[in-house]
Amino acid sequence: MNGPQDLGGQMGFGPVAPEIDEPYFHAAWERRALGVTLCAGAMGAWNIDESRHARESLHPADYYASSYYEIWIKALEVLLKRHGFVSERDFKAGTAVDPAAAPKRVLKAENVPAVLADGGPCDRPVAQPARFKAGDPVRTKNFNPTGHTRLPRYARGKHGTIEAVRDGFVFPDSNAHGEGENPQWVYTVVFEGSEIWGEGADPTLSVSIDAWESYLEPA
Amino acid sequence: MSHNHDHDNELDPFAARVRALETILTRKGLIDPAAIDVIVDTYETRIGPRNGAKVVAKAWSDPAYADWLRRDATAAIESLSYTGRQGEHMQAVFNTEDTHNLVVCTLCSCYPWSVLGLPPVWYKAPPYRSRAVIDPRGVLEEFGLTLPADKKIRVWDSTAELRYLVVPMRPDGTEGWSEERLADLVSRDAMIGTALARQPA
Repeated sequence: MNGPQDLGGQMGFGPVAPEIDEPYFHAAWERRALGVTLCAGAMGAWNIDESRHARESLHPADYYASSYYEIWIKALEVLLKRHGFVSERDFKAGTAVDPAAAPKRVLKAENVPAVLADGGPCDRPVAQPARFKAGDPVRTKNFNPTGHTRLPRYARGKHGTIEAVRDGFVFPDSNAHGEGENPQWVYTVVFEGSEIWGEGADPTLSVSIDAWESYLEPA
Repeated sequence: MSHNHDHDNELDPFAARVRALETILTRKGLIDPAAIDVIVDTYETRIGPRNGAKVVAKAWSDPAYADWLRRDATAAIESLSYTGRQGEHMQAVFNTEDTHNLVVCTLCSCYPWSVLGLPPVWYKAPPYRSRAVIDPRGVLEEFGLTLPADKKIRVWDSTAELRYLVVPMRPDGTEGWSEERLADLVSRDAMIGTALARQPA
């Protein structure tokens, strides 16, 4: 979706303002926000693509006014409601009132090291051979899906070159919506800065994205 | 932005909101609050940019390792026991005399947790995410880094599940240094691409 998350090339947000010796957390609640988000994800009711889509589906004004941990928590509340774990009455009461759906699993403290070490690999076998090879010229599709996609607006309808064929990966555009993993080949596609930004582009710039095969057509 | 959350007390509505959420989930038996403690401890004390710095120092010291890192970063990094969440599919990109690499996630906050730990706030915030792809030189200036005008800049937008680690150039004057000493020259920002390796004192 053309949502607030799709930031590449937008203007007006001001300087980056890196913080010297930045702490990992800027408030105690951010520690809990990280942990609650990971523990809730570990219940297995949604995947990373659905959680990303919940975050980018916040109203743009809300998204831009929120810190990243605030975005995480606001999206988590949506997911917990959608999947029947927390009700509106629970939220209003600030405590457990209604019964919850059954989670696939509950992450216990003793299992955290193993779960974090395992991670969640997203590579999958793909039955058909890769359509493109390194060096192939390609054009990204021009589309504007209302659902989740990982093809940023700035890189739509652009000519680039396949730099590397990666692996088969879960396709976020369907996986985010419970429509299956449908793995596809992923490619690193590199574009000249001038192809993307046109007049005034930095002549020394090139930008790459990692693109699923269905985002691409031969050029 | 998070600037008004520099403390955590009953007056902070967002702190109360997170606390209520944790309470609800705990009372329903959906989460284990002790698991949160372990997660936080892991990313505050165990997994951070020191991991990545050791990878870079090894690559500087051992050409065979550098070659492996270039070809199969996931396996090469796993050989140092840095594995797991948000490091499942790694790619190392090497700065050269000709090209400087910079990593961003314009669409969210994708970052190689297994080697760099949790991302800094600026990496997740709109100014960096919006400008890194269109005005990388301007962004780097804000980090105090001015690149030569003819240096090529390659920006890697982490739009899929590959996670990128920049291997900065080894500073001159470090011949014969141990990997441990070399690792001290490698900052988190150097492995994102917003800095170079530190010069030896």
